[in-house]
Amino acid sequence: MKPDDRDLVAQLCASRSGQKIDPAKDYLLETRLGPVARREGFESIADLMTGLRTSREERLIWAIVEAMAAGDTSFFRDRAAFEHFRLVLAPELAQGRPDQPIRIWSAACATGQEIHSLAMLVDDMAGQWPEVRFELYGSDLSERALEKAQSGLYTQFEVQRGLPIRSLIRHFEKVDDMWVISPQLRQTIRWRRLNLIGDMSRVRGFDLIFCRNVISGMIEPARQRVIENLTASLNPGGKVLFGADEDVVTPGEGLRPVDGALGLFALPSADRAAA
Amino acid sequence: MRTCLIVDDSRVIRKVARRILEDLGFDVAEAADGAEALSWCRSTMPDVVLLDWNMPVMNGLEFLRGLRMEPGGKGPKVLFCTVENEVSAIREALESGADEYIMKPFDSEIVAAKFALAGLT
Repeated sequence: MKPDDRDLVAQLCASRSGQKIDPAKDYLLETRLGPVARREGFESIADLMTGLRTSREERLIWAIVEAMAAGDTSFFRDRAAFEHFRLVLAPELAQGRPDQPIRIWSAACATGQEIHSLAMLVDDMAGQWPEVRFELYGSDLSERALEKAQSGLYTQFEVQRGLPIRSLIRHFEKVDDMWVISPQLRQTIRWRRLNLIGDMSRVRGFDLIFCRNVISGMIEPARQRVIENLTASLNPGGKVLFGADEDVVTPGEGLRPVDGALGLFALPSADRAAA
Repeated sequence: MRTCLIVDDSRVIRKVARRILEDLGFDVAEAADGAEALSWCRSTMPDVVLLDWNMPVMNGLEFLRGLRMEPGGKGPKVLFCTVENEVSAIREALESGADEYIMKPFDSEIVAAKFALAGLT
């Protein structure tokens, strides 16, 4: 890929979604942008870039930015986070607010494995707190990723990365060579296309946000913007889980690390905030 | 070092699986069918068995049921590794004592993920 084409992609990604494009990973640009070029009717990535320079069409810009944003994901990725949710976070939430729905958001859900993993856990635990209602939300920048997430349809390869076999046969049905998550589980999740550095003033009232392995791939001002946006979306006492290895140097105002849980940050509860 | 017994009638599959399992740190043994595998287990019980379903002489399910009745036969973790990918087959394998289930084709990433799920890595 020509350096000026690479620079243009990096500049668009930075300004539109806050993504940091690693110049050393030329192969990633080729892999991601090849399908965009084909889909948009261009003979090559070079032609796609020429088309972009000529037209500056918003749809084309977003096709490129979304393709570059596509994240690798799998069911129950980083298992410790889900164990912490099952053993600590979900019981705390269920016992703390039995009268109101508990709202959980996978903030960059990609093709949906993370929020579907949470939906499975919530369903498995439903008998413990029959009166508690969990509301699950998945959002992503990429329209295509969201479409796949909403379909709940996964390949045999995808369901074998991290998903225990008992969960597979409990929560999925086999359709030809694919596996589809049960309609009952699919109905528990609401989906929305969302840019985490955009205007999120109407995204409010969450008790727990999963935003793992997102900010580490962003340029600095965007990282801070995402952290601020997520913080503003939390209820008092709400928590946000970043990736265990992610460096959250300056958490949002009021957000403090939770001892003993890597990547987990919390706002003070309403009682403490008032005190 | 923990031992993994690969049971598959395909020499090629055994070779591919051996490489993956050795990379995961297992000492690997091989058997070409369920009967050979059962003999092996009676002399040296492995820590884990990677088990094909369709094999001559004794198939994987018959082996598994036999293994679980042997003295010490409840110990090894058993992961099926098979082309049988219908829910009914998976259910039957689990009810017979399998711990995890890999649907072929597989690669190193899937095997590593399944071994982790079975608490083996």
